[in-house]
Amino acid sequence: MRASPLQEPPQTALSGVRVSYVTGAPALDGVTLSFAPGEQIAVIGPSGAGKSTLLATLACALRPAAGSVRVLGIDPWSLPTAQLHALRRRLFLAPQLPPLPPRQRVVHAVLAGRLPQWSAWRALRSLVYPQDAEIARAALERFHLEDKLFLRCDKLSGGERQRVALARLLASDAELLLLDEPVSSLDPALALNALEVLQAEAAARRATLVVSLHAVDLALAQFPRMIGVRAGQVVFDLPRAEVSDQRLADLYGAELNASVQTLPEEPTAVLKLSRCT
Amino acid sequence: MHLAGDHKLRDPAWHGRVTAAVVFIALLFPAGYLTEFNPATLWGDASLNALGQFLGSFFPPETAPDFLRLVIEAAWKTVAIATVGNAIAIAIALPAALAATRILSISRIATGRMAALPAVIRTAIRWLLIFLRSIPEIVWAMIFVRAVGLGDTAGVMAIGITYGGMLGKVYIEILESADNQAATVLLQNGAGRLQAFWYAALPVSLPELTSYTIYRWECAIRASVVMGFVGAGGLGQQMELSMKMLAGAEVLTMLLMFVALVWIADLVSALLRKVLS
Repeated sequence: MRASPLQEPPQTALSGVRVSYVTGAPALDGVTLSFAPGEQIAVIGPSGAGKSTLLATLACALRPAAGSVRVLGIDPWSLPTAQLHALRRRLFLAPQLPPLPPRQRVVHAVLAGRLPQWSAWRALRSLVYPQDAEIARAALERFHLEDKLFLRCDKLSGGERQRVALARLLASDAELLLLDEPVSSLDPALALNALEVLQAEAAARRATLVVSLHAVDLALAQFPRMIGVRAGQVVFDLPRAEVSDQRLADLYGAELNASVQTLPEEPTAVLKLSRCT
Repeated sequence: MHLAGDHKLRDPAWHGRVTAAVVFIALLFPAGYLTEFNPATLWGDASLNALGQFLGSFFPPETAPDFLRLVIEAAWKTVAIATVGNAIAIAIALPAALAATRILSISRIATGRMAALPAVIRTAIRWLLIFLRSIPEIVWAMIFVRAVGLGDTAGVMAIGITYGGMLGKVYIEILESADNQAATVLLQNGAGRLQAFWYAALPVSLPELTSYTIYRWECAIRASVVMGFVGAGGLGQQMELSMKMLAGAEVLTMLLMFVALVWIADLVSALLRKVLS
């Protein structure tokens, strides 16, 4: 399901996007951003700033109340449901808590990344006998987890679960990679290693990689472009060389005042989708 | 602390509890009146004598080899009726639950709400399931005995239809009450409904689905006994003959066989739960 060749390279962009909470208060307000193919971007900002909402909006998992969205060069909300779902096959959204069924074996959890490419019949056959187990093993190997291939997910530690969820990304063919705190359960050395694997993969398939991170030093070390989000608005969108200590202090500083203004509520649609985040 | 107060400390919940208890008893009595339930009739001389003679004729249980062979054969038939009937019920319930469950809805992803047509289909399926299970299996059995004649087929079809309605309803409830974030994430990344079921919803809910299905199988064994009384095959048909002939010893042997069957069903259920968890 590749898009027909376009004049311009497929682009992902938000323009004047507003996403609202149940209360009507904005979760994102007036957000305008643009991402080139193959670009790698870190999104930083205090808790409740709207980082997850931003990623969900880019993944067509949240429909904005106002503004326009382009995902891989396509306006998702002008499409009929079937075509919108076909567009979703080309992107990969990874939530912060890896949603792996506890009794599922790792091999199937990783191969779930192939589902958009598989027919329903092939997916069922793979549960009877794993299809493309080599793909799963190779993906796990890059996170040093190849020996966990046939274990059940509930036998894994939190950090291992998080890396299994990332191995699913490696098994996919997605061109737009949206990762919410992908290394939050990993120690600093593993976190750096995992990010490098993801970045190398994104570069190899010329995919756009947008990652939200709590660890600002890691974001600065690994990503050429940084987006600072606070209270639902983009505070800065700069090459990392221009992200000064002062800007970071402003982004995170006076956090108390900011969080009083924007109570950390879930946006309407997200609240109904994910009860257990 | 008011140790020397004029009045005692009062529990504010007391009045509410007393009222609730009085209302409950007041509602229970008309129901008892309606059913003409009167334990005293049990203790009348005539009743006690009849009961005593009936129960007395039960001992000792009939153990003639010929009769035992007959009972074991009928018991196997009962298990077969329950098993095939339950298999048909699963074949009805699973597709119905897949079509009707909210968690596999693609249209709900971005909006939190199902589109109009799927919502109508979902409601229609729920009504169909209500219709299937609201008619008791014994009534279905009587209908099918007319249609296909005396024997096991009528019992199988009656269990299949009634239990299809019950299983379908409970499958939907089990799927929707589980943590369905894993399925949501797969749908957000473009997986199909069936794929999201096999790779997320099913592994999350499998122990509950299995356990309830086996419990229904146990119920089906009991139900096929009752349906035997209207000529739908199995142990029940034998028991009805023995009761008509006032052969209490034979009845007791068959009752002991029922206990053994339910006990075995319980063991199988426990074993499967152990394997799955």
